[in-house]
Amino acid sequence: MTPYLAITDQPIDVAAALAAVQTDAAGAVNAFIGTVRNQSGGRPVRRLHYESYDSMALTQLGHVVAQAVERWPMLQEVAVIHRKGTLELGDVAVVVAVATPHRAESFAACQFIIDTLKQVVTIWKREEYEDGTEWVAAHP
Amino acid sequence: MSLKVSLYGITRDIVGTSVIELPAPAPTTVGELLAEMRKQYPALGELRSCAVAVNNEYASNDQPLHTVDEIALIPPVAGG
Repeated sequence: MTPYLAITDQPIDVAAALAAVQTDAAGAVNAFIGTVRNQSGGRPVRRLHYESYDSMALTQLGHVVAQAVERWPMLQEVAVIHRKGTLELGDVAVVVAVATPHRAESFAACQFIIDTLKQVVTIWKREEYEDGTEWVAAHP
Repeated sequence: MSLKVSLYGITRDIVGTSVIELPAPAPTTVGELLAEMRKQYPALGELRSCAVAVNNEYASNDQPLHTVDEIALIPPVAGG
């Protein structure tokens, strides 16, 4: 299985991500779609700016998918697409799509991939407010 | 031996450039590099974390550094 992994400055085509994991061997396709929310901890957010260290992000994404395959060997297909650059409210920031024979593993593997992505993949998010910007999670 | 270190996110804002060159004698390990960077830029020490990547992989403090390595500071990531 070769996962489809991408970091892009173009709008994410969710249908294309789902199509990328389509396979007759799978009875379940599960997708997580992360979108830009209008507030953060109660503070209104105008838009987000994502920055990526692309080569490392793709390397680490590959490790994340490899760990998922180790835990769920029945994984048939995986696609992970992350946006970078400036995103407006409601824009799709990330899509994780997986295909498995049955549904239980599809939920678990999809959640594992997005949760682990957030811990290790070298992408940074700067929130823009009415009165300035802040790098998310940078300070304790 | 000199080293080039790439900076991303808030570390680039702190240092003020996207690549910093450390002239010889440069730090020889990841731990020495972090100590040197924190000495020059104390604001790096205020971050929740600051890792070092060598050739696209997270590196431990005792890992040696070479001029040819692709080195980067990795502040707390926030994808998704």
